Amino acid sequence: MPAAIEFSHVTRRFGDVVAVDDLSITVPEGSITVLLGPNGAGKTTTVRLTTGALSTDEGSIRVLGKDPATDGDFIRARAAVVPPKPALYDRLTGWENLQYTADIFGADHSGIAAAAARFGIDNALDLNVGGYSTGMRTRLALARAVLHDPQVLLLDEPTAGLDPESARAVLNLIRELAGRGRTIVLCTHLLHEAEGVADQVILMGAGRAQIAGSQSDLAHRFVTNPSVILDAEDRSTLARIADHELVVSAEWNGSVHVRLTHLDHLPDLIADLVAGGVRLTRVQPDNPTLETLYFEMQRSLKDRV
Amino acid sequence: MKWTRVMTVARIDLRRLFKSKDYWVPMGFLASVFFIIIPFGLLTVVTSTTSNDLVNKIGELLQTLPGPVQDNVVGSSPQARGAYMLAVYLLAPVAIVVPLTISSAVGAHAIVGEREQGTGEFLAHSPLTIREIFMGKMLASVVPGFIATLAGFFVYSLLVNFMVGPLVGGWFFPTAGWWILIIWVVPPFIAMALSVILWVSSKVRSTAAAQQAATLVSLPVIISAYAVSSGLLINPVLAAVAIGIVAWVLAIAGLAIGSRSLNRESLLGFGGDG
Repeated sequence: MPAAIEFSHVTRRFGDVVAVDDLSITVPEGSITVLLGPNGAGKTTTVRLTTGALSTDEGSIRVLGKDPATDGDFIRARAAVVPPKPALYDRLTGWENLQYTADIFGADHSGIAAAAARFGIDNALDLNVGGYSTGMRTRLALARAVLHDPQVLLLDEPTAGLDPESARAVLNLIRELAGRGRTIVLCTHLLHEAEGVADQVILMGAGRAQIAGSQSDLAHRFVTNPSVILDAEDRSTLARIADHELVVSAEWNGSVHVRLTHLDHLPDLIADLVAGGVRLTRVQPDNPTLETLYFEMQRSLKDRV
Repeated sequence: MKWTRVMTVARIDLRRLFKSKDYWVPMGFLASVFFIIIPFGLLTVVTSTTSNDLVNKIGELLQTLPGPVQDNVVGSSPQARGAYMLAVYLLAPVAIVVPLTISSAVGAHAIVGEREQGTGEFLAHSPLTIREIFMGKMLASVVPGFIATLAGFFVYSLLVNFMVGPLVGGWFFPTAGWWILIIWVVPPFIAMALSVILWVSSKVRSTAAAQQAATLVSLPVIISAYAVSSGLLINPVLAAVAIGIVAWVLAIAGLAIGSRSLNRESLLGFGGDG
């Protein structure tokens, strides 16, 4: 897949502070990339550099094949940014906010009602945005972001402080747009919201991309002892599973979570259990969550240092 | 630069302004003071006075004016001539002070306000060019001041014609000099002041700081306004045309410099020194 966004050794400083430091990342077209990292990792600066809202001190950026420094207007017309605090005009109504965006991006006004309805904000379009709740504001910001059907959507901590319904609206939007071949970049430090949606996870820290890969790649690289969930008709038959030579550890939590020496050993373990008279009712890979991965990656980085 | 997008920025800023009563009420009061209350008070005193002493003093004052100016002052009695001079000449600077104050208040908030409310982020990521944003903000700042001028000028005309007209032979206001002042001189003066205010706004971080700068800009402009009115005393049309030309040149230069000072980073709140 060609790259929709490509950073090559990009550095951006604010005075003495290096916000982005020799950053090189590639976001394939039509993919969902999650930028993970604590506050101050350089995620927001990366978003701002992508649209050309900020300029680089060093390095080069290509977005949709163009340089934001010289073709920023081209990029910005095809991109949308949802910032952590929705940048909305409080004295205007929801409708007026969307109309303004449509006019700036050259989008048809006929799409306004549909965009608002999509995020369940259509009933509040006549109200001034100053009276909106946090969730309503984010929903309006999302509706605004999709008005011109952007090729690249940059979501910077979009679910911060949101109610579960609004957070789900964000994730549904991500999946839907990705399904239509749009490129999505999601910046977050909330690991659960990125769970399962990312084609690529980039762990950022101190302005750099520390680690990058798909969730399963990262699982293979950083989770040394894969886990499976087992259950049996008679659970007592699994009582001594921790003693098995292929098992590193076992934890009981209703069913048993077994950590293996290697995932390839799972068929052998199953065969041994069956041969020993265990009637298994559940064998399920226990994929590491993004949270597990995040902390494993952080631990690995510290070890490296 | 696409003018449709410039107009979009200006229109939305004006709409926000229109909804801000906390802005309109004090500005409306200010315009009323300068266009109605002060002229009404002064002209009432001059036209209705029965004090011989005051009438004599007005006559003496008129005698001190240069010959060409005295020729322009209409009226048969010292009272009528004094009222005419007040209506036509003394209140001329008001035409600049009011729109300047109104436009400065809008302009000081135009860029900094976007930053303070976080909406600068939206503009920074939008396909609007910096020049489109600047011109849109500029227009949105000029228009309220100019509309206030026209409305105030209209009300003021009715007022002075009603109060002074019977003493000087009927409808006398606006004079040619006033027309030129309003249409030709006031707009570049507003633009000039705004270009400085918007330039400062891109450098500072708070509306308060931008308003401080607006105050500093207002002072030389008010002084210039008195200079304009002094020139108008001698040769109203020529002075207004000449000063207008200089003001337009300075305004265009100021706009060019002001638009260069704004960039996307300043919309995001970076690059300021405040």
